[in-house]
Amino acid sequence: MSDLREESQGGETPPAPADDRSAWLRRVSGIDDGFWRVLLVPLLALVMALVVGAVIIMVTDVDAWRLMGESPGTAIGDMLNGIWVAYRALFFGAFGSVRAISETLFTATPLILSGLAVAVGFRTGLFNIGARGQMFAGGLCALWVGLNVELPALLHIPLAIVAAIIGGGLWGGLAGFLKARTGAHEVITTIMLNFVAAFFVLYALKTPLFQEEGSNLPQSSPIPGSARLPPLFGDQFRVSIGLFLALGAVVFVYWLLFKSTIGFEFRAAGLSPSASKYAGMNVALLYTLVMFVSGALAGMAGATMTLGLPPYTVTSNFPGTIGFDAIALALLGRSHPYGVLWSGLLFGALIAGGRTMQAAAGVSVDLVIVMQSLIIIFIAAPELVRAIFRLKPTEVEPTQLTKGWGS
Amino acid sequence: MTAIAEREREAVEVRNRATPEERRSSIVGWVLIALGAFVFFAFGVGVDGELEATFNLSLQNDRFLNLAWVVNARALSMVLGSIIAGLGVWRLTRRALEWTNIALAIGFSLFALAFLTWAAAGSQFSMVGMLRSTVILSVVVVFGALTGLMCERVGIINIGIEGQLLASAFAGVVLSSAFGTAAGLAGALLTGALLGLLLAWLTIKFHVDQIIAGVVINFLALGLTSLMSARILSDVQSLNAPERIPAIRIPLLADIPVLGPMFFDHTYFVYGMFILVAVIHLGLFYTRWGLRSRSVGEHPRAADTAGINVYWVRYRNVMLGGMIAGFGGAFLGLAQVARFEEDMTGGIGFIGLAAMIFGRWLPIGALGAGLVFGFARAVQQKAAILNIGVPSEFLIMLPYVVTIIVVAGVVGKTRPPAADGQPYIKQ
Repeated sequence: MSDLREESQGGETPPAPADDRSAWLRRVSGIDDGFWRVLLVPLLALVMALVVGAVIIMVTDVDAWRLMGESPGTAIGDMLNGIWVAYRALFFGAFGSVRAISETLFTATPLILSGLAVAVGFRTGLFNIGARGQMFAGGLCALWVGLNVELPALLHIPLAIVAAIIGGGLWGGLAGFLKARTGAHEVITTIMLNFVAAFFVLYALKTPLFQEEGSNLPQSSPIPGSARLPPLFGDQFRVSIGLFLALGAVVFVYWLLFKSTIGFEFRAAGLSPSASKYAGMNVALLYTLVMFVSGALAGMAGATMTLGLPPYTVTSNFPGTIGFDAIALALLGRSHPYGVLWSGLLFGALIAGGRTMQAAAGVSVDLVIVMQSLIIIFIAAPELVRAIFRLKPTEVEPTQLTKGWGS
Repeated sequence: MTAIAEREREAVEVRNRATPEERRSSIVGWVLIALGAFVFFAFGVGVDGELEATFNLSLQNDRFLNLAWVVNARALSMVLGSIIAGLGVWRLTRRALEWTNIALAIGFSLFALAFLTWAAAGSQFSMVGMLRSTVILSVVVVFGALTGLMCERVGIINIGIEGQLLASAFAGVVLSSAFGTAAGLAGALLTGALLGLLLAWLTIKFHVDQIIAGVVINFLALGLTSLMSARILSDVQSLNAPERIPAIRIPLLADIPVLGPMFFDHTYFVYGMFILVAVIHLGLFYTRWGLRSRSVGEHPRAADTAGINVYWVRYRNVMLGGMIAGFGGAFLGLAQVARFEEDMTGGIGFIGLAAMIFGRWLPIGALGAGLVFGFARAVQQKAAILNIGVPSEFLIMLPYVVTIIVVAGVVGKTRPPAADGQPYIKQ
């Protein structure tokens, strides 16, 4: 998966062997091999997730099951109708109107940023589950600047973003440093740091630095206009200038990973820490650095959730489930910045649509979490997808991205 | 200086250089001395000499009703501080290196006692209540640690313990509400085992990265249980009302002061925890099953050559581990909380994982580490009640911070099973 050669992306794709994919897809698609090599498994994973999601909607349809004893026909009809209503709401909530598209882009913004954070870690063989905690750290720092510094918007917003980068970066870098110095596995430390950050934010929002005077809720006072991320298409649509931040980050991460020397060292350390050490790279420093970069990206995602979320008062769980969605979409995007961009947009659509689905069809947005975990399974086990769709096996793709406790 | 003299000096330096364990002993020594000094001055000298701390040593329903230990807070803290510092000095001598961790554990326990003395100065405090909650709060952690241990001893990392606990708690609650406690228990065990099977299947058959497979299990469990909780349990509330499994009071033993309420007045989950630790310890180190499991975790290729079916051993142990998690989830859902709440595990599976590492992949170590975490949580709960001026959010952080410190190697270099996390591909 993380193959240095594969990622040249300079245009030439190595010619795939003739039996690379099944015959019917070649007949149906007529699209060149490189396209399918990249997209086939993710697309089928998405299809499988939607199918299993439909089954879950059916099985959990309490009202229909109550009818099952009297008239099974009506009950099954109700179930199928429930699936139709839910998925229609999902689709229209994501793409059905200008507002829906704005919602999709708005939701995708922090997803892309935090997905990049996880992807950068994967490229170096680190599994950063701490995007949530780093969003807390970065978002809180941005919020602090937003509330406590008085500047014109042109300076205020960049300063708040820089604060988010530093805050998130240090929180992530701490996990990298602990790994480099003590061998503490980043999976455990980042998860624990998530909890620590969450409780710290809960505490901080009750201090006078953040809290509105006279209130005793863990909720910040309104952010001044100069620190709010300006909406792109007027106040009635939520998508904000943060979208460009995310797009810029995509380009930056692409440059960092594939065009810069340090990015080469990141990827080399990801493929073989011992060989990198032998080649004279300071792997301990690289781990700290890459977790700083990863944390900084997640921190920016946090800033978009504090400074860019109407009605601009911040509550204690502002990252929501984004930190976890990020893992799924980094895997879906194969840890490539452009892949993360597309899967971020896809997940943005799924989640924005999922909110409409919850309101319109009473199917809780948790279904999206289930779909995401199914997508991860199918992406991480391409052989499983091949077995289900009876595709011819290509080369076995090892998916061991992370290291055990020992290394 | 000539080159030869230089080389000789280097040779002497190499000979005198401390081993990592010796260095760690010194570091622990300094930490303990600092801790002891802090206790001596902050909790001892800094406290009003008149104040007395009252530790209640019996519960309401105890046979010895008014057993209590009244002590001068200042004097006790000063004594405790001196003992902690003394332990530190002993560590500085770098002798008996295998005692380093034990000294550290004793030091931190005494620190906790001093902290409680300080917090309870001038008031009352139920010591036996806290010790009892220590045992109760460590149950899920220990079951989680044993689950991880069962899997890692055969070379499979299980990050999905959290999800196994959550899903089996859900299954236990729903089935118990619908069909009674026995069904709930069976359903919880089955759910844990099935998620173990999923983990083993994904990692062994499809070579999915073990950590990713574990994360998937966590997501899947969180998503499915939250979804069903929102869609079904909120609608049919009778499915979220299991009968709480009662405690079984062991005659006579339960009447022993302090130890009775601590160990002999619990649900069968608690007794099961102690039995399971003993069984797994004996099984792992004194039976053929244990030898085979360990050989698969250390060197699967050699085990395979010797005729052991590596895949089967891995499937079996990961599923057995899942059942242990199922038992832990059942305790959570049927005895400790006695209803299902979304994300009710709140990271305890990961704490179990850390306890497994802290306990050095040994069942007895898992029990000890689990009790340490249970103690940290019990102290946090009691301190929150005593209202000592530290914001509650910081107290809640305590177990998580302890976990970070533990895995960041206060415990020293631990050695996981050699093939831990490595996929095995039969040739």
